[in-house]
This record gives sequence, C-alpha cells and structure tokens, in this order.
Amino acid sequence: MPGADGSLNVQVSPAITGRSIIRDGALVRDEWTWIDDDAPLPVLTRARDVLVSSARWRRDRAALLTRGGRVGVRLQTDELAASIADDVGHLALIEIHVHKFVDGRFYTTARLLRMRHGFTGELRATGDVLPDQLFFMRRCGFDSFELRQDKRVETALRALESFSVVYQGAEDQAPLYRRRALG
Amino acid sequence: MYRYDAHDQQLVNERVAQFRDQVRRRLSGEISENEFKPLRLQNGLYMQLHAYMLRVAIPYGLLSTAQLRALALIARRYDRGYAHWSTRQNVQYNWPKLEDVPDILAELAAVEMHAIQTSGNCIRNTTADHLAGVARDELEDPRPYCEIIRQWSTFHPEFAFLPRKFKIAVTGSSSDRAAVRVHDIGLRIVEDPDGPGARGFEILVGGGLGRTPRIARRVRDFLPRRHLLSYLEAILRVYNQYGRRDNKYKARIKILVDALGVDEFRRQVEEEWEHIRDSALELTDEELARVSGFFASPAYEALESSDAMIQGWALGSDRAFGRWVAANTRLHKQPGYSVVMISCKARGKAPGDITADQMDGVAEIADAHGFGQVVVTHEQNLVLPDIKSSELHAVWRKLEALELAEPNVGRATDIIACPGLDYCNLANARSIPVAQEISESIDDYDYLHDLGELTLNISGCINACGHHHVGNIGILGIDKQGEEFYQLMLGGDAGEDAALGKIVGPAFQRDAIAGAVRTVLDLYLARRESADERFVDYYRRVGAKPFKELLYARS
Ligand code: SF4
Repeated sequence: MPGADGSLNVQVSPAITGRSIIRDGALVRDEWTWIDDDAPLPVLTRARDVLVSSARWRRDRAALLTRGGRVGVRLQTDELAASIADDVGHLALIEIHVHKFVDGRFYTTARLLRMRHGFTGELRATGDVLPDQLFFMRRCGFDSFELRQDKRVETALRALESFSVVYQGAEDQAPLYRRRALG
Repeated sequence: MYRYDAHDQQLVNERVAQFRDQVRRRLSGEISENEFKPLRLQNGLYMQLHAYMLRVAIPYGLLSTAQLRALALIARRYDRGYAHWSTRQNVQYNWPKLEDVPDILAELAAVEMHAIQTSGNCIRNTTADHLAGVARDELEDPRPYCEIIRQWSTFHPEFAFLPRKFKIAVTGSSSDRAAVRVHDIGLRIVEDPDGPGARGFEILVGGGLGRTPRIARRVRDFLPRRHLLSYLEAILRVYNQYGRRDNKYKARIKILVDALGVDEFRRQVEEEWEHIRDSALELTDEELARVSGFFASPAYEALESSDAMIQGWALGSDRAFGRWVAANTRLHKQPGYSVVMISCKARGKAPGDITADQMDGVAEIADAHGFGQVVVTHEQNLVLPDIKSSELHAVWRKLEALELAEPNVGRATDIIACPGLDYCNLANARSIPVAQEISESIDDYDYLHDLGELTLNISGCINACGHHHVGNIGILGIDKQGEEFYQLMLGGDAGEDAALGKIVGPAFQRDAIAGAVRTVLDLYLARRESADERFVDYYRRVGAKPFKELLYARS
C-alpha cells in the first residue's frame, strides 16, 4: 500500500503534506496529484499519478493515457455512472465529489460503477464526507474517503464499524437471506 | 408475528449504540444541528413547535401485547402518559427529551422495536391492510412481504438519502384498506394471469397526496413474487438518480413519473430491472417460507358461524351494544370469530391519542380474549384481530370501562386530522379543534349510525398530512390575511376506487366549517336513494351541484 502513514495519533496537516485519505481502516497520505483543467500535464518525475476532471479526461484522453502514470477522474455529484461507463477500464481511481451529503445520487453512481460497469480501481469520496455516512458509502463500493477537514478521524473509523449485521445485498455482501440459508 | 433472531436483535442493538454516540456528539458540539438533523430524522426524531417528537416504527401496524405494554411504559416514564397513533400505523411521542431518546430506543430494542427510518428522505415503514390475515376477501396475507421489504429497506446503503421520503404499502385483498393508490409504491397481491395458483404483484407507482395529489399509475400488471426486491430496487435506483432535488415540493417520485410519463418511466425501470432480476436479489423459497411461517393463523377453535348472531346484535334491542357491533366489528375469515375495531376517536378527544392506561387495558383484553396481538390502523384506530364472537359483549364492556368503545369506526366522527396549528410549525390553521367541533356537532348516535360509512379528513395546510384529498369529506385549513379559513372537498376516496376530492366552493370561516359539514351530511341523508347508498356513492351519482346550491345559497 503506497504512501501509508500508519499511526492515527500522527496529526497529518493536509496543507503541508497533501491530502490524507482513510483507506483500509487507517489514515494514509494520498499519492494522487490533482491537475487543474487549464494547467499543463506534469512530467512523470514530478507527478506519477494524476487526477483530472471528466472534462479534462475527455479533452486530453490520449495524452493522459500515453504519459505513463496512472489516471484518475473526479466526478461531480451530478455526473452519474453512465457518463464515465465506457472509460472505467482506463482509470485507476474514480473520485466522486460529494456536493452535499444529503444528495444521495452518488451512492447509486458508486454501485453502478462497481456492479454494472466493472470498475475495479479505487473509488473515493471527497467533499462533504462525514463520519456518519461512511458505513453506507463503503457498502456501495467506496474504498477510500477524504473526510471533510473539520471532522475527527477517530469518529470516522469508529463509524465505519457501526454495524456487524446488514440485511440487504450491496457491493460487500450478499443479502442476509442468502447467508441465513447457509446457517 | 415476526420474531427477531440473533441477527435482527444485533442490528437494533447496534443502532441504539450508534444513535447514543450521535446524540453524545451533538450535545458536545462535535456535530452541528444541520449535520445531526438527517441523522435524527432517520431515527424518527422531529423538532416540532414546542419540543421533539419521536416516531416509533410499528412494522405494518402489528404489535404484540408485550410491545404495547412497552409503549405504555415509555409514555409514562418519558412522556406525559399518552401517545399518538400516526396515519402510517406508527406511534408518536410528543414530549421526549433528546438526552432520553437513546434510553427509549434501548427500551424498544428490548421488545424487538425501533424507530429506524420513521422520518427523513428514506424508505419509511411499509404499511399493510390492517385486516391482514383475518379479512374474508383476502387472497394472501401481505405481512410476510412487508417484513421482507422492511428488512431489505432497513439501512439500505444506496437509498438512505433519496430526493424525498418514500412510502410503500401492500394489500392482499380486493378491498383496498391500505390506500395503496396514494403511496409512492403500492403493491397488490394478485394471481398470475397465465398460471393459476402462482401469485405476484400488481405494481402501482407515484401516488401521493401533499401539494400535488396523484393517484398511482400502474407500472406492471404482474410481477412474480420472487422478483419483488429486484423490482423495488430498480424503481428506487431510477428515482434516486433522476428524481428532482432542487425543490422539495417536486421531489417525490410522483413528479418524476409525471415528468417522464408512465411509459418512459416504466421503460427505464424495466431496463434497470433486466440487469438485476436474476441476481442475489431474487427471493429464495426458503426465505419466503421462513418469513411466512411467522404469520401462520393462530390456533382457532372450530366454531359455528356467528354471522347471524352478529347481525342479530347489530339490529337488536340493546342499542348501545348493537351500534358498537355494527360500527366496530368486522366479519372474520374464521367461523365464530370477529375482528374488533377500537376507536381512538372518542368525542372531544384529539383523534388518535391514547393513554398509557388505555394501552395496558387493550393489552389485557388482547391477552384474555385474543391471541396477544393488536394492530394499528392508518385511520389511527386499533384492531383486536381474533376475538371469539361469543365474547364480544364482554370485550365491549371492558372497552367501555376504558373509554374506548366509541361506536364510530369508519363513520363520520372517525376523523383523521393532522396535528395542525396546535403542534405543527407549518400549519395555516387548526385541525384538532375543528375535528372536535364536528364530532361534537354529531351528538346523536342514531344520526351517526344512519350516516353509515363515511371518511372525513382534515389537514392544517397543503402538505396534507391529514390526507384531506382522499376523505369522502375533506377539509383543508388555509390562511387568508392571517385568518383561518377552511376549504371543503367532497368525493375523495383512498380505497380501490381511489379518487381525489373536489373543492365545492369558496372556503368557510372557522366558525362556519362545522355547520357546513352538517349541511352536507343532512342533505345526503335526506336525498340518498336508500341506506345502502353510501355518502361517496351518492356524491358520485349526483355530483357537487346540490351541495353547492345549499351551502352557498344562504349567504
Ligand atoms: S398538514 Fe400541514 S399543518 Fe398538518 S401536520 Fe402536515 S404540515 Fe403540519
């Protein structure tokens, strides 16, 4: 796992070290570099893995694919799964920017990217990402989270473990009635 | 009834712990009220005019007597000694303190209850016919499907933040007592038109009241039952992506169905469904059998039919008992048994309120004379589903002592009224005092009895929590330059012939609305063809004209 920061006691300041991400139950430093739509693509030695908007991806697709590093795309809440479905095979990261946490479209976007369009890379939530929704997000196929900056990582990690029982099937488990049947 | 296994119990216990933690973080300021609001709403905790209101889920209205006693205990210990039945078969407490709510949830979890998703923009409690399992016209008991839907929808990770609230109702009978046509999704259990004996669902989508009342549109004539959850998931997935989120008054699924047209909506749902119909969402026979097993009929005694006896009582010389039998009992599928309806609409009381002592009393009756079960109706009354007809008189006496024997279920004074201006910060006008005034104006039981079957619904504003559009008589409170006025609607119907009521004419002032209702009732009684012609039938035959003439001629 690249860029692991390990201990939760370490206060990671995003301003100095770049973004911190919750992944696999721990806080880690992010290895991706965001490139603004009008900024030139960096040379590989400066930034290997780049994250761009979907507009930039469509515009510079060829250049992004041939520069050698990995490519990630950031979707906004209103960019639904169908908008990127044909491209998921080229992407190592899809980041969904949660505009407002009560706008739950992104849960469906995540599930469709996973189950319908076969996306196997990292699926990340950023923006208005709060501890109390992480459990649902993970069940829908997200595997990394950039918590909103004013939120406590300890609370978030605890919230990820809120429930040990789930009824319905999602991206993590089959429905309980199929598991119950197995005894 | 359904009983929790270790999984179900673990889940509600973990919910209590989760909410306790959320309340603690709210009280310490770690989360803001804005962030807390959707969390507390998904646990049924509303902010009302004076205090928090806690809504507790009663899945499809069914309670054991142990659960009913726990609700009474909560009313005594954490509230002011009473509770209120909601129009979606739930129960509400009007005065809990925020810091007590985790303890209340723990009390509920101990009797296999919770407050999960009783509010908020998520899938709410699935409601059912309150005569499920005992109705004579029932094809199949809808409750196993409701329980399966309850489990599927509980903490569904994809659908916790929908554009708006989402309500599902299921009926297995030809008479629609569950108002399935005014729900976001209405499910009717029907026979497979191609294969006799196989059952499935007719699927209705996009019904609802509120500011834009709609009768649900039929999306599918027949869905084999094993596909129930995949089809629901397909509908919800389309809605979650394309339902409007820019205006909360246009966010219900009915507006999406309007915008797309039912054919295009159906096409999108079916396209989604094709992808998932044969997935793990397909219900297994084992699960259907497991859940259905909980709803098997109780051990009835083999008895003679009691229909003639009941008919005799209804017309008999003991008028007080006879009126109660006529209005408050229903024929049971099992010979010798009756369904008892308990009115929570006593004259002069707030509709749907019940005291802790009354709850305990009802529990005692259900244990002594029934099989320990009680059902809450969406008309805010209670049902004792399995009473031996030979014990009806004894049950009536006990209910009288509890002041729960008002003989008016399904009658003009069985009024559904929203909380209105007395409790609700959105209200334009009072509802409960109007309901009380109307029921007091119908002070003669013979007159009430004569009026027969009639529904009367009152809402304090266009949000329509009192379902005024589907009352045979509907009343809507409006605000005219700071004064309370009331619109009168006629002809609404929530049943199998679902219809939206029409406004008769200009609104009435506060002091005139009860009189206007009385005028409508008098006219109907004087002019109906016979006692068999119900109010709504009469209205359908003659229309609004005679009512209009009489109501507005005098002024
Ligand atoms: S109808 Fe209006 S006044 Fe009545 S409870 Fe609903 S929002 Fe409040």
